Amino acid sequence: MTDTIASPRATEAPTISGSVRGYAERVRGGDMGALPAVFGLVVLCTVFSILRPSFLTPGNFANLLTQGAAITVIAMGLVFVLLLGEIDLSAGFASGVCASVLAILLTEQGLPWYVAVAAAILTGVVIGAALGTVVAKLGIPSFVVTLAAFLGFQGLVLLLVKGGTNISIRDQTIVAIANKYLPPVLGWALLALGVVGYAALQLLRARKRASRGLVADPIALIAARVGALAVLGGVAVYILNLERSRNPAVVSLTGVPIVVPIIVLLLVLGTFVLRRTAYGRHLYAVGGNAEAARRAGINVDRMKISAFVICSGMAAVGGIIAASRASSVDPNTGGSNVLLYAVGAAVIGGTSLFGGKGRVLDAILGGTVVAVIENGMGLMGYSSGVKYVVTGAVLLLAAGVDALSRKRAAATGLR
Amino acid sequence: MTPVLELRGIDKSFGPVQVLHDVDFSVHPGEVTALVGDNGAGKSTLVKCIGGIHAVDSGEYFFDGKTVQINSPRDAAELGIEIVYQDLALCDNLDIVQNMFLGREHRRGIVLDEDTMEEMAARTLESLSVRTVKSIRQHVSSLSGGQRQTVAIAKAVLWNSKVVILDEPTAALGVAQTAQVLELVRRLADQGLAVVLISHNMNDVFAVSDRIAALYLGRMAAQVRTSDVTHAQVVELITSGRSGDLGLTNGVSA
Repeated sequence: MTDTIASPRATEAPTISGSVRGYAERVRGGDMGALPAVFGLVVLCTVFSILRPSFLTPGNFANLLTQGAAITVIAMGLVFVLLLGEIDLSAGFASGVCASVLAILLTEQGLPWYVAVAAAILTGVVIGAALGTVVAKLGIPSFVVTLAAFLGFQGLVLLLVKGGTNISIRDQTIVAIANKYLPPVLGWALLALGVVGYAALQLLRARKRASRGLVADPIALIAARVGALAVLGGVAVYILNLERSRNPAVVSLTGVPIVVPIIVLLLVLGTFVLRRTAYGRHLYAVGGNAEAARRAGINVDRMKISAFVICSGMAAVGGIIAASRASSVDPNTGGSNVLLYAVGAAVIGGTSLFGGKGRVLDAILGGTVVAVIENGMGLMGYSSGVKYVVTGAVLLLAAGVDALSRKRAAATGLR
Repeated sequence: MTPVLELRGIDKSFGPVQVLHDVDFSVHPGEVTALVGDNGAGKSTLVKCIGGIHAVDSGEYFFDGKTVQINSPRDAAELGIEIVYQDLALCDNLDIVQNMFLGREHRRGIVLDEDTMEEMAARTLESLSVRTVKSIRQHVSSLSGGQRQTVAIAKAVLWNSKVVILDEPTAALGVAQTAQVLELVRRLADQGLAVVLISHNMNDVFAVSDRIAALYLGRMAAQVRTSDVTHAQVVELITSGRSGDLGLTNGVSA
């Protein structure tokens, strides 16, 4: 027996160096994970800060986060569909439709914001259920179904906003989402809560596993993870809490944008669903081997429909954020480059277009890359044309990394 | 010893084509029953009838001596019949534990109970004396063909199954891995399970089986003890349906 090592229970206790070695092996074997996105982020930020010092100001940092928020949230939803090896090309305009519903209910009907938000999200859910049913039950490729929906929703937005008028949103709650900031103290408090909660979860899990004689993460590794989160979060909150108003005497501008904790909450929720529930496990299974999932008694059609529901529901949230940021809805909300940026964000972050591989965190990493490109190139004074070309090239690069790492995985027998 | 699973007079047609004619088949606990036959002899159809994927046209199905109705794969699974298909049906992107519990995850509330699943998986692999995997948390994609087969078999055994049916488990394996899997097959039977092994390889059949059932053009040519027959006789049964006193006479069971 050539590959004999040890009985499964007596698996060697992992050490820090062991974990690092394991990670290096996975990367060499073709499982790049978030590495390209993190690497790209570092390179882009370095280049932009050297070329345009204004890139590194607190004001721009806050701007960057709100700029990428809508796309990131749509990308988070797309991850669920991409996990199944499907795609939703209509997510951009679905967010536009939901934003239009929100705007109309707020302005023309004069309804309170929570009713409008609920209606917008419900619209997304209905859209997702319809798309998913057509894909799963009729068996039309999702590419075609959602391409048709892409056109249809584009028209629907035009019809909803009556041929291209601009509906401006005055509701203070909605506008606050992407334009107002948490009090600095609350920013610190939320960060502390997050770090302590994360550390407690990790430690509890490790303790429980160790007490049952299972392989647990070493304390040092947990400390490193918690430390990294605390440092990164701390730096971000510190910078965001600096005064960034040009004229502090007139108006003070400090704090974490309100949209950031919303995204973090969605990240925690999405990660929980994917990693800790049977539903999430089944999503990965269907994406990895639909036939195996079917034989294991998983209802593949229902998984598909639900993934589209989540995707369009998240698109609705993205649409609300976009409407908030612009304080208005027009026929171009969720249009033009939004969808491609969102797909790009998910793929750049490391979610595979072939299904079975991806995390909600990927959407955030990729969304940040996209936002940095858009923001940095804007500061450099490049036209939209150049921005599109560069973003397109980055998307192609990310998809290329995905395909190549898959090939490499096949060559090393890891697939 | 009474057979744990017994079929009598099974007929099965697909439209005008009758695939199984009056087939009798029995499987005993603690034994490996090899199911052999040429391509198109009806091995797969018979297994699918046992597993509840195809409904039989006529015939009787006994489990533990009692007659039962099998209408769906779920019925078969509830009785404790597990089939490991040739393509294994594993998800490459999931790890060993996740694959073994796929579709039947343990959970506490809505949260997956990973620790219990990991313990059960480890115990099952240990009881099968599987020592070839580095970690039960490694992805199936990184396993060799023999290891995958092992995981698929362990998945079938996990559920206190009584009958495990293996469809050509060694077809795609090298020499060393074949030996490993056959050892595992033998161990399953020694633990008291009834094992059905579908195979084309006479060496494998004679290496592990206690009984041999040979199908010929949809009829059960003979079901004999492995120690009572020779290689050549089994090959004859497979290719012509009879061998000396054994087998079919004019296409009817002797």
